[in-house]
Amino acid sequence: MTAPRLAGRHLACRRGGRLVFRDLDLDLAPGEVLVLTGPNGAGKSSLLRLLAGLTPPEAGSLTLDGAPAERGGLAQTVALLGHETAIKSVLTVGEQIGAGGCGRDAALQAFDLLKLRDTPGRLLSAGQKRRAALARVLASGRAIWLLDEPTLGLDASSQALLMTAIEGQRARGGSVVVATHAPLDLATSRELRLGA
Amino acid sequence: MNLHRFANPARFLRIARVVAPVAGWIAFAALLAGAAFGLVLSPPDYQQSETVRIMYVHVPSAWLALQTYVAMAIAAAVALVWKHPLADLFVKAAAPVGAGFTLLCLVSGSFWGRPTWGAWWVWDARLTSMLVLFFLYVGYIALSGAFDDEERGRRAGTVLVLTGIVDVPIVKFSVEWWNTLHQPASVFRLGGPTIAAEMLWPLGLMVVGFTAFFVWIVCVRLETELLTRKLRARLENSPG
Amino acid sequence: MSFVALVRRDLRLALRQGTDAFVSLLFFVLVLVLVPLAIGPEPQLLARVAPGLIWIAALLSVLLSLERMFQSEYEDGSLDQLALSGIPFALIVAAKVAAQWLTTGLPLLLAGPVLAAMLALPSHAQGVLLASLALGTPTLSLVGAIGAALVVGARRGGVLLALLVLPLYVPVLIFAAGAIDAAAAGLPARPHLLLLGGCLALSLPLAPLAAAAALKDALR
Repeated sequence: MTAPRLAGRHLACRRGGRLVFRDLDLDLAPGEVLVLTGPNGAGKSSLLRLLAGLTPPEAGSLTLDGAPAERGGLAQTVALLGHETAIKSVLTVGEQIGAGGCGRDAALQAFDLLKLRDTPGRLLSAGQKRRAALARVLASGRAIWLLDEPTLGLDASSQALLMTAIEGQRARGGSVVVATHAPLDLATSRELRLGA
Repeated sequence: MNLHRFANPARFLRIARVVAPVAGWIAFAALLAGAAFGLVLSPPDYQQSETVRIMYVHVPSAWLALQTYVAMAIAAAVALVWKHPLADLFVKAAAPVGAGFTLLCLVSGSFWGRPTWGAWWVWDARLTSMLVLFFLYVGYIALSGAFDDEERGRRAGTVLVLTGIVDVPIVKFSVEWWNTLHQPASVFRLGGPTIAAEMLWPLGLMVVGFTAFFVWIVCVRLETELLTRKLRARLENSPG
Repeated sequence: MSFVALVRRDLRLALRQGTDAFVSLLFFVLVLVLVPLAIGPEPQLLARVAPGLIWIAALLSVLLSLERMFQSEYEDGSLDQLALSGIPFALIVAAKVAAQWLTTGLPLLLAGPVLAAMLALPSHAQGVLLASLALGTPTLSLVGAIGAALVVGARRGGVLLALLVLPLYVPVLIFAAGAIDAAAAGLPARPHLLLLGGCLALSLPLAPLAAAAALKDALR
């Protein structure tokens, strides 16, 4: 797997009638980790939703390997971890992650959730739900990961699992965009500061 | 920077500054003349006597109520397909006006129905479909105001308006086959109008007046909205 | 995830939540049980109003289940995940409508004839009642999905939903109740049923598209 090169030029984003950022340039090469930082309200989450194709940019252009990125194309390429974990309380962890099979079990294993595979979502703690959502990202096998505050609610050992997963994605030739306030323990990463 | 939404639709504002006052004065003159002809100079009906004068308000408001909705639906389609920045603003600006026409049509119809049919309200096809149209207008207004993000409200509204336009003819036919009492069309029909010329003239004047009033008020509402946006964009772009 | 997988997921959600799926059926039954208590038990009177009342109750109970159709998925972030699943939005809507109909429309089809009998509807109209429910309730779910998608994220979405959707339900109500009325009076119900089928044929392709457009906006 080699991730397509994701590039944004002169991006502007508008939320709730307010311009959160504009004239933003961004490049994401295969195997790269881009860390978005910046104060609250700088538009980190908005940028992730824009990169996921959920929000069309107010201005500017987004390209995948040089071709204009359409909503449908992005939806096949990216996996998103949002603010909400999208873990249903009545479905088991195994039922909501991936399509089943060994890929799913490997993803669960990577986040130490194999024991909880048949546990319904309502019995999970906040951190476990977060891990389950991360396992879903991993199980998706998508080339570009977009993670919004992935360390939120994770203990030290879970954070280490996350770093391992991110390094694994990078080693496979995939790329990752992380919006975070916490410093990440990664070998190499590039920082993009919003709202400076 | 290419922010076309912020770009001042200067051409529209230039046109509106000419059209709005002209339409306003035409509305004033035509409504005044129409009212004078209709309420004083035209003859009473040989069957309905003086109550027929309600027609000069009822018929134009009914026409405008329907035409406003059709115009809104066309604008909604333009907004959805071509993302024209003025189209969804037009829908929002026209909706309360259309709702007003519909209400006026219903109320004046009710006043007319009392002496001619002996009831304030009957469950007739036209009345019922007009009532549904009124609910569609009210639904649009409620929906477009129900979101923290104004734009989301307007976009949701365009989808509703388009859904409504599919529904309007179905409602019309369904209630028509179900029950009808209202008189059939008498102005636009094959073989010429069945309405006397002395009544047709003031009616025409009132229709012109109502239409000009619609154009005027929508222009003013659009102008206000655009100027508000311009102001907001300027505040956002100003440093600090 | 495919269309079938989506329907299965939704059905599983609805059935595991248990109570949710049966609340609208219970509501339908209760409304109709209240009718004889309110207007009196004379069979002639009940038989006369039964077609209309059964349909009003059906309409309201479908409406009751619509609010959560997309709102809960939106709140817990599942709608984002569905949007990124790579399935076209219109197909996602169609799957959710199918699941919603199976859990709320289909039970009405089973309960309708029983309640109609309790309301003294002549037995020769029962077949038409079933046909009208079979043709009409999917249309209610389809058109309702547009409303449910429009009010995602709105303030006071539930009340707003009723305001938006009920006017759109008028044709279904008139044709469906008209069909049963005609059958009860010994007249042909076929034209009404054909029109009801026409409404379904129209909303089947159009409603998912409209709801999909509304959902895309909700996700921005």
